[in-house]
Amino acid sequence: MTELVLPHHAAGRRIPLIGEAAIALAFAAAGALGYFLFPDDLAFLTRLIGIAFLVLSLDLVTGYCGIATLGHAALFGGAAYAVGAACIRGISDPFALLAIGLCSGAVLGLVSGALISRFRGLPQLVLSIAIGQLVAGLANKLQWLTGGSDGLSGLEPGKVFGVFGFDMYSRTAFLLSFTVLAITFLLLRRVVNSPFGLMCRGIKDDSLRARMMGASIYPRFVIMYGIAGAVAGLGGALTAMSTGVVGLDSVSFERSAEVLVMLVLGGAGHLWGALIGSVIFMLFEHIVAAANPFHWMTLVGLLLILIVVFAPRGLIGPLTALCARLFSREKKT
Amino acid sequence: MSDLLEARHISFSFGGLQVTRDVSFKLAAGDRVALIGPNGAGKTTLVNLITGDIAPSEGRFFMSGEDITACSIPQRVRRGLVRSFQTTRLFANLTVADNVALAIMQRRGLTRRLLSRATDLPEVKAEWSEILGHLGLLGLASRKIVELAYGQQRLMELAIGLALRPKVLLLDEPAAGVPHDETPRILEAINRLPPDIAVLMIEHDMDLVFKFARRVMVLAAGRLIFEGSAAQVTADHEVRRAYLGSYADARRTA
Repeated sequence: MTELVLPHHAAGRRIPLIGEAAIALAFAAAGALGYFLFPDDLAFLTRLIGIAFLVLSLDLVTGYCGIATLGHAALFGGAAYAVGAACIRGISDPFALLAIGLCSGAVLGLVSGALISRFRGLPQLVLSIAIGQLVAGLANKLQWLTGGSDGLSGLEPGKVFGVFGFDMYSRTAFLLSFTVLAITFLLLRRVVNSPFGLMCRGIKDDSLRARMMGASIYPRFVIMYGIAGAVAGLGGALTAMSTGVVGLDSVSFERSAEVLVMLVLGGAGHLWGALIGSVIFMLFEHIVAAANPFHWMTLVGLLLILIVVFAPRGLIGPLTALCARLFSREKKT
Repeated sequence: MSDLLEARHISFSFGGLQVTRDVSFKLAAGDRVALIGPNGAGKTTLVNLITGDIAPSEGRFFMSGEDITACSIPQRVRRGLVRSFQTTRLFANLTVADNVALAIMQRRGLTRRLLSRATDLPEVKAEWSEILGHLGLLGLASRKIVELAYGQQRLMELAIGLALRPKVLLLDEPAAGVPHDETPRILEAINRLPPDIAVLMIEHDMDLVFKFARRVMVLAAGRLIFEGSAAQVTADHEVRRAYLGSYADARRTA
């Protein structure tokens, strides 16, 4: 009987931070691979990382809390506009801009979370769409701030640490985005495995049970929404800085729907699933859209149907099964 | 000392239907009370009223003399009012250990922690190990709830109840749906509950009721029609007519 409990025990006594160190190394390796193997595609990879932030953010509320939303791009785009507006008004330090993105994303997250978390099911979904449309409408109408349908362009963020300027090959943007992504991922891993995160997963399973344990659901979800907003805001800020433009597409309904598709593709409720989903979807779009610009959406549709049919919980399911199998085989030999 | 839980003239109507009518009772420390009654008598409704899931149309609840009628579910739980569910309600996708650990962490106010790993809290682990060991579930600690047999899931309801260190524990049909040969395990677990807490159990299995309860309350059509010892209840004419029927007769002839 005690044997079965041992894994838990061992987990508690591991060398501290070794899991984090391994993930940081994996990230560094993947980053180096991208940087040196695809020097001409860094702009695309940077855009991918920006979207990965948004998918991770969506995973926090949808995958971990079970909140249905189709307006998540509002957090991403809202922060991108805030960063763009600040940049045009003379704030050029990249870290200051990142902080602006993070804070504005968090505020947007807290505000929309405070509304959305009050409801469940379809009303919640409709409300999320409404908030998304509201932000998109404001982005279009508040011309003095957002540039209206033209958006904001010509953003010129300063040099990172005063040394590394944003170049046309997106080298700096890629390295900065990748580093921020790695740090964010490690922090989020802590959050979802914390007592707070575990309770969120519990609430997603059965909210009445959680309340009967004495847990208040609403404040918890609002806080999680705030964190998700901060993460989405980082993505928005990095995208705005690296591309130099902020447009209406960043707050669009299509963007919200697309990231939900990416999350389902990778596997909601897993941080790795969010990353895998965004990478696969963006790569697929990048390659297939280049090969066949007219029918690529059809192919994406087909891919999704296949995945939903054969791996309803996303690619993370079969992938972890495969890893476990390889690992156990290694152990046997 | 005042009673742990007191219900005063509780009524509840749903639409035009009066489900609960003027129910009053008291639970003191160490009480072992069974609430019985025919199907549709309003037993689960009464439990939902006590826990705050629904609000009574009339009447008030008190815990240790303090009015809790306006308190939310979580506020009542924090005061020590804990329930189990008739149909198991557990965190199905989490492990056995995590289910109990969450109850412990919530009670200790640790679920606000954002950056510490949930599995890194030794005091929590010590506590869930003890509770699961006590119920014979320790070997299943790292299994997910969905992998458990139904009887084991029923025991998990008790495990979570224990982890919350209740003053008043409401058990809604703890043996419902459990194979008959496993009910002794449930009863054993119930009999080993801390002696100083008050336990109110709804149960249809009369064997279980008579083995557990020192006091029996009978609810029929939303009204408490009887309150007394287990021996008295089978003798009471009105109760027999309303509910026990064949069981009391069978007992007498046996």
